[in-house]
Amino acid sequence: MGLLSDPNRRKAITSLLTRLNTPICVVCYLAGIAWFMGLAFEPFTLRTYMSENAMGSTMVEERFPSGERALATAREFAAHKKKVGGMPVDWLVKTMRAQGLEVFTQSFSRNLPFPDESKERFVVRGTNVYGILRAPRAPRTEALVLSAPCSPGNSNNQAVGLLLGLAQYFRSQIYWAKDIIFLVNEHDLIGVQAWLEGYHHTNITGMGYTPLQGRAGSIQAALSLELNSDVVTSLDLVLEGLNGQLPNLDLANLFHAFCQKLGILCTIQGKLQRSDWDTVEGYTHSAQTMLLMVLKQASGRPWGEHGLFLRYHIEAASIRGVNSFRQYKTDATSIGRLFEGMVRKLNNLLERLHQSYFFYLMPSLTRFVSIGYYMPAFGLLTTILLLRALDLWVHLGTPTPVTEDGVGEGESPSSPGLLSVLTPVVISHLTGVALYTLPVLSQEMAVEHFPVSETEAVVLTAIAIYTAGLALPHNTHRLISGEGTEQGWRVLKLVALLYLAVLLGCTALINFSLGFILAVTLVPAAACVTPHVPKALSAVAMVLLSPGCTILYCVFLFQELQEVPVSLAEGWMLFLSVISQGILDHALYGSLVYPLLALLVYPCWLLFWNILFWK
Amino acid sequence: MAAPLTLVLILSVTIRAVLFRSSLAELISERVEVVSPLNAWKRVVEGLALLDLGVSPYSGDVFHETPLVIYLFHFVVDYAEIVFMVSTFEFSGKYNLFIKQKYALEADRYPHDCLELMRSPKEMHYIPLKVAMFYLLNPFTILSCVAKSTCGLNNAVMALFILSTLKGSALLSAIFLALATYQSIYPLTLFAPGLLFLLQRLYIPVNPCRSRFWFFTVQYSVMFIGSLLVIVCLSFFLLGSWDFIPSVYGFILSVPDLTPNIGLFWYFFAEMFEHFRFFFICVFQINVFFYTIPLSVKLKEHPVFLIFMQIAIISIFKSYPTVGDIALYMAFLPVWSHLYRFLRNIFLVSCVLLACTALFPVLWHLWIYAGSANSNFYYAITLLFNVGQILLVSDYFYAYLRREHHLSQGLYLRRKDGSEATLVLK
Repeated sequence: MGLLSDPNRRKAITSLLTRLNTPICVVCYLAGIAWFMGLAFEPFTLRTYMSENAMGSTMVEERFPSGERALATAREFAAHKKKVGGMPVDWLVKTMRAQGLEVFTQSFSRNLPFPDESKERFVVRGTNVYGILRAPRAPRTEALVLSAPCSPGNSNNQAVGLLLGLAQYFRSQIYWAKDIIFLVNEHDLIGVQAWLEGYHHTNITGMGYTPLQGRAGSIQAALSLELNSDVVTSLDLVLEGLNGQLPNLDLANLFHAFCQKLGILCTIQGKLQRSDWDTVEGYTHSAQTMLLMVLKQASGRPWGEHGLFLRYHIEAASIRGVNSFRQYKTDATSIGRLFEGMVRKLNNLLERLHQSYFFYLMPSLTRFVSIGYYMPAFGLLTTILLLRALDLWVHLGTPTPVTEDGVGEGESPSSPGLLSVLTPVVISHLTGVALYTLPVLSQEMAVEHFPVSETEAVVLTAIAIYTAGLALPHNTHRLISGEGTEQGWRVLKLVALLYLAVLLGCTALINFSLGFILAVTLVPAAACVTPHVPKALSAVAMVLLSPGCTILYCVFLFQELQEVPVSLAEGWMLFLSVISQGILDHALYGSLVYPLLALLVYPCWLLFWNILFWK
Repeated sequence: MAAPLTLVLILSVTIRAVLFRSSLAELISERVEVVSPLNAWKRVVEGLALLDLGVSPYSGDVFHETPLVIYLFHFVVDYAEIVFMVSTFEFSGKYNLFIKQKYALEADRYPHDCLELMRSPKEMHYIPLKVAMFYLLNPFTILSCVAKSTCGLNNAVMALFILSTLKGSALLSAIFLALATYQSIYPLTLFAPGLLFLLQRLYIPVNPCRSRFWFFTVQYSVMFIGSLLVIVCLSFFLLGSWDFIPSVYGFILSVPDLTPNIGLFWYFFAEMFEHFRFFFICVFQINVFFYTIPLSVKLKEHPVFLIFMQIAIISIFKSYPTVGDIALYMAFLPVWSHLYRFLRNIFLVSCVLLACTALFPVLWHLWIYAGSANSNFYYAITLLFNVGQILLVSDYFYAYLRREHHLSQGLYLRRKDGSEATLVLK
């Protein structure tokens, strides 16, 4: 505690920190970014390894024989789907029952707050069909889930076919220690949500569903399958779930191990692994993969059906078949064997997957960055906020040269009224509440008065409120306390800096990517803003660094990284759809990104905006 | 003075009323930071139900409040339903405030004789109001009240004890001290500052050779022990059995419930081998009481500050702390606003406390709901929070001693050669 109690050293450190504040902040920012980009460099990452003993050491032999039959079932399913014009419930029930499963159905309905234009749905009604294969050798206390969505149109039939084929094959095996649930769900995520809520007797999103008639034990793990063609070139692993939650890393390891064993090409973020890490292309490739993961995680949406399982403490991943123009082809039998192997290993689990990491980023399938390695990047950015706050604190405490030790002439300056700080805080939060509630509430009114659809109305209202917030609150403190003082903005900035630091810190713990992306744009704005900088220029800079613009950049960056660059106009349309998707995700699945941005981050940014226009 | 006070009261009542009506109330009453196994309202309701059925409320392992509290609620609930509870707790909150107000005025009386570092009367005039604001608008108090934690009652009893002590009424002081001790054992350590203050008020020097000193000490102890005995016997007659002794005091002292909370016990004892348990329980519990001796020796001239230190130590080291306990000692901070210029780490400490308060629910979510973090994350924050509190308290302690030093030595210290001297704490 020498540092804290020795006045001379304290004085030295404080004066060093205040004198060199700006250079230290710049260095911290650059170091933070450099650290983050360095994470994709292979020597700085760790090799993945299987931590779970129950899955690592045991051998399983994959014998799934009937890939062709599964594809035939898929064609039959497709025919029935076409005939019924939706999910062929009766056929599915009949087929599953014929295979000896306990079959149940669940119907659900959900009214969306406004029409979803990308998926063209508003009032959703559907049915989930699931069959339970009871474990012959153990008490039925635990279960695994294999799911496949019944998508509209001609897609994903093969996945259902393979699921049914696996069910038939699994039925004849005797080594199952956990119940296996085969779930075919309609309306992708909404169906999964209804099923999970029914299974766990909860209702958190206001969904209407019929209770489940049959249940198995507590679900230990879930795999979701998406296949669109008879042969695939590679399998893509999708990990990012709701609110940026990730499954245990062992699940990814398991997938990779079996792909290696069966000789199947596997990708993550649609990117193959490269071996030339020491070249520029190699590094760029892994940086792209990692950035894609960061962007997907930051969006807080479930990127596959597995995403909703994670909330219920069920480790889950989606496996997506990709058919591109590569020469390399894999048939349905191999994919079936891959699933058989994975399910058998999961069947061997003695406890939930917990040995390996939950917080990680993956620059490739064999490499990962754990929380201890990536948090410093974020920590460096947050340090800037704390340093600036310390600087302000010292300035506030020492209007006249006073020794750091507290003894000195001059009374502490008359502190600015509590109201002059409280008013901007309250008003910006009220703007945030308006941004959160009004878009959905006022859609009908907007549709009446303007020639727009409901979805457009919601998005445009949100943007309008966002922009109006810029004009509204920046002189509010004067209403109460007359002229704003020099001390006033300093106190406000101190409060805002600490608020932002705590806010970003909490966000980064739950969803590192979101916290980091917000920090990259918000921290420079927060650190630099004072009322004494050139107004017009810094106002433009502030707007460019605001949370809304951050989303826009992310949209462009995401498209760029996926190698489907878009023009400005297309990018803008995508941006609009991203906003509507964000609001829908919040309403449908309880994603927290929209409320976080609207209720906390945006008001916090408005505080800094307020400081810029302090008079 | 009265008008702002009423405003604060109305504001705090409104906040609580709104929160009670909102859906947040249920969420808050489940938070481990706000309620402990000792004071959760859920458990009180369970105890009441058992009592109504004619079963001893201590027969299960759910209820751990003292018999008097359950009879109090028995009485209250019979007459006015749960809604009345709201006002009960409001009442306790308000009571607290009134007491502290007077207390603060009293507390300020005696540093008055100092010439240099004296506070202006105007500043002192506002201190009671500030204390009231700190207590009533403290988010910790609000959370604790909305969760209907019986911690509010304990705080009220403590405040009554402080009030009666400062008023100089030895009997009332002893009775309320006995009540507080009866509620949660730990306030026993407040016996020393209570006694010291009353001695000081009666101008009796703390001198073991003087018979007057011993006479008063014995008198105060007899009053304290007598009322404690009366209360305990009253509980026995109400309940008809001694069940409550192991169930309340045994529960507090042996810490069988290791539900995570903001204290230091749960993780430590969850990790420990069973055969070391007894030894470390003794160490941890002695730790709470031990500081009384050095602090009483050091602060024997300043019993009011000693009360503050003791309450802070209790709320940091007790076996089932909640944020309500922290709110109690934080309400005292405005009283020491004259120490502000000597505080060294207040910025650091307030940042730590602020960040920890925000991180508690986040890490709890990650651990319990998402399953991606584990208990180590939560305990790390608990540790940091407690380190922050300890730093805060020791900072105030240092500042107080420093001020005393300056009062006797003059504000601007010179070395022998005439240069400016600095004080170093080693």
